[in-house]
Amino acid sequence: MSNRVINILVPIISIIIGLIVGAIVMIVSGYDPVQGYSALWTGIFGDSYSIGNTIRQITPYLLAGLAVAFAFRTGLFNIGVEGQLILGWLAAAWVGYAFDLPKIIHLPLALLAAAAAGAFWAFIAGFLKAKFKVHEVIATIMLNYTALYIANAVIKKLSDGGFKTERVHESASLRSPFLRELTDNSSLHYGIIVALLMVMVMWFILEKTTRGYELKAVGFNKHAADYAGMSVNKNIILAMTISGMFAGLGGAMEALGTFQNASIKPGFTGIGFDGIAVALLGANTPLGVVFGASLFGSLKYGALNMPNAAGIPEEIVSIIIALIIFCVASGYIIRVALQKLRKKKEGQ
Amino acid sequence: MKKRKFGLVLSSVLAASAILGACGTKEEEKTNKENENASPGESNQEGAFSVAMVTDVGGVDDKSFNQSAWEGVQEFGKEHGLKKGDGGFDYLQSKSDADYDSNLNALLRRDFNLIYGIGFMMEDSITAIAEENPDNHFAIIDAEVKADNVVSVLFKEQEGAFLAGVAAAKMSKSGKIGFVGGVDIPVINRFEAGFFEGAKAVNPDIEITSKYTAAFDKADLGKVTANSMYSSGVDVIFHAAGATGNGVFSEAKERKKKDPNANIWVIGVDADQYEEGKVDGKTNVTLTSMLKGVNTAVVDISNKAKKGEFPGGKTLTYGLAEDGVKLADSRGAIPEDVLKVIEEYKEKIAKGEIKVPEKVKK
Repeated sequence: MSNRVINILVPIISIIIGLIVGAIVMIVSGYDPVQGYSALWTGIFGDSYSIGNTIRQITPYLLAGLAVAFAFRTGLFNIGVEGQLILGWLAAAWVGYAFDLPKIIHLPLALLAAAAAGAFWAFIAGFLKAKFKVHEVIATIMLNYTALYIANAVIKKLSDGGFKTERVHESASLRSPFLRELTDNSSLHYGIIVALLMVMVMWFILEKTTRGYELKAVGFNKHAADYAGMSVNKNIILAMTISGMFAGLGGAMEALGTFQNASIKPGFTGIGFDGIAVALLGANTPLGVVFGASLFGSLKYGALNMPNAAGIPEEIVSIIIALIIFCVASGYIIRVALQKLRKKKEGQ
Repeated sequence: MKKRKFGLVLSSVLAASAILGACGTKEEEKTNKENENASPGESNQEGAFSVAMVTDVGGVDDKSFNQSAWEGVQEFGKEHGLKKGDGGFDYLQSKSDADYDSNLNALLRRDFNLIYGIGFMMEDSITAIAEENPDNHFAIIDAEVKADNVVSVLFKEQEGAFLAGVAAAKMSKSGKIGFVGGVDIPVINRFEAGFFEGAKAVNPDIEITSKYTAAFDKADLGKVTANSMYSSGVDVIFHAAGATGNGVFSEAKERKKKDPNANIWVIGVDADQYEEGKVDGKTNVTLTSMLKGVNTAVVDISNKAKKGEFPGGKTLTYGLAEDGVKLADSRGAIPEDVLKVIEEYKEKIAKGEIKVPEKVKK
């Protein structure tokens, strides 16, 4: 078996193992796994409505995953994607309703505002790390809470004591009647195009620019990069800022696409934290993130149909979905097993 | 060596993210066994009037209004011999705000005659989906949607909370009472305003401390808040904070256990929280609970709709006069003379002699 075959086999086998373990859980708790999985399948791909909503669910995961992966490549742990995303969400929603502009200016402006808000929040952590050696994990975790409560306070102020901002204007919305019609009134919006564009942007920065080379070099070995004359501090700040930009755009997807407003949140959305898993599943490469986000988004959305069509309680569904993701994430075990198998064969 | 360390960091972060993620899911993991006894396999009669509901992120076992609504739906089903499942009654839970649309549409596709959206968070989803499906009937709790095929259900929480305020002020020995709110939103503001008004009505000099915890699912925050309130001399706390309020109960119970003679009380919310306040066989810290009759409203509207009198386009407001809000049985905790005062105020409010404001005057 060549390395390429192994690379393709590992995720497939891990998904199959995950499905089998999930099936066992269903059988043990007295539900029909065939019915359960067909409900999951139709929940994801059943009709144009489901497909539309699945893609909509994947969109923010893509950007959150990119954000984590990008920082990772420079050796930084951006746990603050959640907070950057929340501020991006707020910024996009505010620009979306506070201005009256033609679409061609308004929509990009709202997206830019979200990117800037996310970038600024991540910049704080990057700056602290570069100048004062404050560990970015602690800084970003704390900034998550700050972001959540700042956003809630600002939304309250903006809405005169209410719990959500006004609806964004048509000119800033990512929604389109065309996509809605195409997918039987699902909440699919143009955000997926923005997200896929960002996948290309990340690939381009990392693989095709000098700056990207420097960022990666710092990630591989800080001291070597320093010795080679690269400014480690500058690259740390830059990596965090770009990472936060992706996260902020993830928030814009929710503000301008899915929800069309920003509302007070009693707790974290979870998208930012799931982004960590998405990035790790995708081995921190742009294409890998597309795979990770698709898996995460599909399972998350399709799972909604399991209680609906197969009568499986929410709790069991959560266990099954977590098990599948767990198995995919522990693909390393399977890789080792396959390699052992290969060595055995070669030995014979 | 470097690599190994990196792996360690990786796995610890994964674990952290799993834990952090779990914080948001709250009580969802608990199964509500009673709800599962009607198996979805059994078929319902053709042409029966079917109802279904979508919960907000609190989930169907939130010991609060989602649960109350589901009880109403079940009651309606039992009354008319319906089974859980297609053509009968059912619910879907939402794990995040993004699920409201999908869940409402999923129920629409299963041809339920009447679909409830529970909670003000669902306002936008119901508005959009009702517009797209003008021939279907919807109802929303705690919010107002102006459409001919939607009935909106609001509660005058302030009226029930007024009575809670009266009870608190009368039962307080220190002259200090407290309010613990969840997220600072209009619904919770109404609880606060009513409580303030009620307490001030019977004791103009009473000192009221009010604190919002900004969360409905953080019992630890509720406990800390209650601790600082009780320590400052407050002896009755009214909470309107969902599961955060469970922390208020545990703090009160701990104090009562330490000193059985202490005058420590909690007033529960939404459902009768007598069970929450049990210290041991004899003592209980629950003074009373302010009940919000979501279940009554659900049964009421479902029955009207079944008879073909769906009150579409209307906003139904349930207050003291409609028996939509009330105080739970105090089981002897509130003495007769105080109950009498509460009853007097209840009548005055029901008749409209006292108007309770929706926001605290500052």
